[in-house]
Amino acid sequence: MAQLARLALSDEEVEEFQSELSEILQYVEQLQAVDISGLKPTNQVTGLINVMRDDTVRDYGYKPKDLLKNVPEVQDDQIKVNRMVG
Amino acid sequence: MDSDGTWLPITDIAAKVNAGELKASDLVEKSLAIIEAKKEYDAIIATTAERARERAKLIDERVKNSENAGRLAGVPFIAKDNYLVFGAETTAASNILKGFVAPYQATAIERLEAEGAICVAKANLDAFAHGSSTENSDFFTTKNPHDKARVAGGSSGGSAASVVLGMAPFALGSDTGGSIREPASWSGCVGYKPTYGLTSRNGVVAMASSTDTMGPLTQTVADAALVLDVMAGRDELDSTSIERDPAGYALDGLTMDLKSKKIGVIKEYMGEGLQPGVRAVIDSAIQKLKDAGAEVKEVSLPSLPMALAVYYIVVPAEVSSNLGRYDGQRYGYRHKDAKDLTESYSKSRGLGFGKEAKRRIMIGTYVLSSGYYDAYYKRAQTVRTKLINEFAAAFTDVDYLIGPTVPMTAFKIGENVNDPLQMYLADIMTVAVNLVGAPGISIPAGESDGLPVGLQLMAAQRQDRPLLELAKATEELLHA
Repeated sequence: MAQLARLALSDEEVEEFQSELSEILQYVEQLQAVDISGLKPTNQVTGLINVMRDDTVRDYGYKPKDLLKNVPEVQDDQIKVNRMVG
Repeated sequence: MDSDGTWLPITDIAAKVNAGELKASDLVEKSLAIIEAKKEYDAIIATTAERARERAKLIDERVKNSENAGRLAGVPFIAKDNYLVFGAETTAASNILKGFVAPYQATAIERLEAEGAICVAKANLDAFAHGSSTENSDFFTTKNPHDKARVAGGSSGGSAASVVLGMAPFALGSDTGGSIREPASWSGCVGYKPTYGLTSRNGVVAMASSTDTMGPLTQTVADAALVLDVMAGRDELDSTSIERDPAGYALDGLTMDLKSKKIGVIKEYMGEGLQPGVRAVIDSAIQKLKDAGAEVKEVSLPSLPMALAVYYIVVPAEVSSNLGRYDGQRYGYRHKDAKDLTESYSKSRGLGFGKEAKRRIMIGTYVLSSGYYDAYYKRAQTVRTKLINEFAAAFTDVDYLIGPTVPMTAFKIGENVNDPLQMYLADIMTVAVNLVGAPGISIPAGESDGLPVGLQLMAAQRQDRPLLELAKATEELLHA
């Protein structure tokens, strides 16, 4: 599960999480006994349908340079990342 | 001016600022001084002093030029650190977002500032709002204003403590499963969770998008109603936001007559597991409502005991999706030592996230995975439908529901950190209205062994105004 969620865990964490997560999953097991015949799953709660807005440019008052300030590694005004293919 | 941590009602502060009797600059200094004097409670992550002082100066100038400076003119407030405030570090109390400076700000902040309010600080929370005690903050634990050995509640624990300690007249919180009401109950202030969509989620770090709501923590119900009135309404930047009530939310001195108001006491919340001291406070509040002429009766919602299990499937599922964006590439913590992009993701996330975030990401990933989706996620969403139907049925019979906010008073720091399931049980009475999208409020109702106990009042979706009216009348009744 950790691999699927891209979480590198230490050996101690794996052990700790295993027992904690089984306990939590055991708790939610109680839902299996609920009679849900004839009911549909909830997708949203306030009954809104197809909310649209105009596809227009909005000025937030910041420049690309401001956004790049939060990027861990920048080169030539671009986001630098690790190698993707081997 | 007094500097002892008491504040006038918010309408009075704004009126005095607009009349030139109080200066916004002095109010900001008072707020910052109390924050400094009460530092040991660890309610605050950082102040936004520089920007606050600049804004105060602007407001004082507007008043000097005989302009109206707004309905919240000069009123200092504290935002939970998952709200983006322009130019301020926004961490959601997580290591993975440490150093992130908000390039834009939340709709809630925009609307409050447009009415003259001034953000003075960012409050502590459980990292990404995952928790009931702020012990999951990656930085420190907020102490309860009534007993420093106990938690202030969570996840908006810093916001609740800051209001009770008098650091500002109001604070902002977010409520996904009780994160405004639970700390309000444990710290001893008012906490309001609006109908889903009534307050915009834009610019607040997402936790579970189908139940996240933004609301105020205040000294009184009238203050909460006024702040909500400024925050509420449709926002183009949050497609799930809804229209406001044409009547508005500010109560302007109104008090509802409790006579023949139909109120249901939730049977499932008054059963086993309720601490005797909490029960005594709630029973006494119910008796006072009856004495005031309200029609109070017991109401049963049989699926309520399942709400927490539904919550701990639906919410981690949404959390695992919403936290997918923290990959260490565009912002936030990036682990330096990685041979390729996949390893950069895994190490940045593995080391950047705290334990609770990792727990929830894994549960969420599990319940959404193809082999388990039907058994967990789909089933939980269907039991949620059942819960929605039961609330709808209850609200054909009564107009309001009441019960405790939390079944026990604030626990000791460290008492439950090694038992996540026990920690989750603190939310057992607050999660239901989040799942059905209804509004809820916690108001101080008394004390048990010197610790505050909150009374929870709930109403049907979009009945925020009547709920606030009932809460104000109840507050007056309890404090009479």
